[in-house]
Amino acid sequence: MNWPHWIVVPVVLPLLAGAACLLFERRAANVARALSIGTTFVLLGVALHLASAAASGSVHAYLLGNWKAPFGIALALDRLSALMLVLTAVVAIASVLYARGGGARGAHDAQGLHYHALFQFQLMGLNGAFLTADLFNLFVFFEVLLIASYGLLLHGGGAARLKAAIHYVGFNLAGSALFLVAVALLYGITGTLNMADLAQRVAALGPEQAALVRAAALLLIVVFGVKAALLPLYFWLPDTYRAASAPVAALFAIMTKVGVYCVARVTTLIFGDDAGVAVDVADPWLPWLAIGTLALAALGTLAAVRLRTLVSYLVIASAGTLLLAIGLGSAATLSAALFYLVNSTLVAAALFLLVDSIASGRGEADDAMIPAPLAYRAAYGVLFFVFALEAAGLPPMGGFIGKALLLRATTDLPLMAATWAALLLSGLGMMIAVARAGSTVFWKAADANRAQTAAARPARIERLAIGWLTVAMLLVVLNAGPMTRYAESTAAQLLDRRAYVDAVLGAQPVPPAWTPREGMKKP
Amino acid sequence: MELMVAIFVGVLTGTGIYLMLRARTFDLVLGLTLLSYAVNLLIFVMGRLTVGRPPILDGSQAPVLANYADPLPQALVLTAIVISFAMTALLLVIALVARAETDSDHVDGEEPR
Repeated sequence: MNWPHWIVVPVVLPLLAGAACLLFERRAANVARALSIGTTFVLLGVALHLASAAASGSVHAYLLGNWKAPFGIALALDRLSALMLVLTAVVAIASVLYARGGGARGAHDAQGLHYHALFQFQLMGLNGAFLTADLFNLFVFFEVLLIASYGLLLHGGGAARLKAAIHYVGFNLAGSALFLVAVALLYGITGTLNMADLAQRVAALGPEQAALVRAAALLLIVVFGVKAALLPLYFWLPDTYRAASAPVAALFAIMTKVGVYCVARVTTLIFGDDAGVAVDVADPWLPWLAIGTLALAALGTLAAVRLRTLVSYLVIASAGTLLLAIGLGSAATLSAALFYLVNSTLVAAALFLLVDSIASGRGEADDAMIPAPLAYRAAYGVLFFVFALEAAGLPPMGGFIGKALLLRATTDLPLMAATWAALLLSGLGMMIAVARAGSTVFWKAADANRAQTAAARPARIERLAIGWLTVAMLLVVLNAGPMTRYAESTAAQLLDRRAYVDAVLGAQPVPPAWTPREGMKKP
Repeated sequence: MELMVAIFVGVLTGTGIYLMLRARTFDLVLGLTLLSYAVNLLIFVMGRLTVGRPPILDGSQAPVLANYADPLPQALVLTAIVISFAMTALLLVIALVARAETDSDHVDGEEPR
């Protein structure tokens, strides 16, 4: 990276674009929309550039305000951050394109004000959370993405969304309070909030601090578990994702992954294998809770009577799989998790969009799992079949490769039996659920008559959005080899916390090109 | 002083959680507000309680924590206050709209049966 400020671009660009959207949205809605779509594409370019820089294996640190870490806030870019940035941009492009569609009810982004501004602020929060190397800054970016998500969830209004929003907002505010408690405890014990510095200081703590620091660490895991939908903390998710409009739900698919990302980050960097008194603090809890999440999510998919609920439970199941792999904590399970993460995010977003597209052509039946006349049955059916294969983890799609990697990685771990049982049984449950949904909605349904077919024709931009995600998924499968190697090197980098610590704490402030004091002395 | 503040934090947290569990939107708002007070106090205390010491290094005393108040938790508290204030305002608006829309102040939008 020739220009050092590339790292901060994924945060600053959506901020500026969101602010500009606020300026334009009333007078020239088309300008705001074009700006938002254009920015999202530029973000993908920036993310790809950062990914190519991170692929070399070095950790890039960026000192905000030119303050040396740990005194100022630092951003850090490693392979995992870069991967998450690219994934966010890919999902965001599909979401922002789809928001233009919406069929007879009018475009999703035109059902209220501020859609694109909120969308950009959400992207800013997501990108910031993936890049930051400071725990309190992570809290701030969490709040940025949450407050934008509250607005996006409520976009368009309606009693169902309001009800979901009260649960979602209240629950997340309580979660934020817990986050602050954990941050405050960690600061009180170690006197720092920089993650790299925390990693060093937690490792050096004496046994008299053990109980407190372990409590703080587990509180952090709880907070991230709220975001990632871990077992006792996921009950907000199905209602929320079902109530949100399709492009928003698609974007929310990446939001649960923020929690997963944070768990992966702190359990490897701060509370990892050489963390002194807090060594592997989440290990007794995380795998079992994740297995429970998987089991209940599989039951949830079986019990779902609406397609959106079904997809929501598939999201929870993917979070459970990921947290299980991260909780097991070996390099092989981590790399399997990273491979699975890409696929599960793409397929969740694609399914939300596809289900909305199907539901908008079914009139009264909406997304209920009942036979109803359906236009473009064959095309929808094939797409649903492909996505269902991916979500349930069946060959030849990427979800299968991710799960197979995970199964292979657990063969020599003590939790092998439980892991295999959870993954295979939940996979079976999800397969039955999606097969039942597909046969009811596509096979038992009649073709729609000609008038309905004409009315239900999805807008070109909707097809483009779904096609974009489909192509992304196929690209992952076709490039499974390079992707696996990238995931393996990412996992190796995650477990090598020395490099991260050295990069962040060793970053030197740029010497000022011009000091005001010097400049003012001379006339 | 530490004990007193600790008791305050505990009482505020307890009342906050109790109010949140009452499942009424206004009580939820109040509960979250009390919870955020408790959290703010806790963050503040984590910089250690000191009386009559400046938070800025002025060069008159050795730059160790015994001679100065830690300014960082104060900055963190300020950020946390602003965020929780904004969130409370937002939640109040959502609660008001929900009350108007569903004709109920229960968090589920309807009275439990």
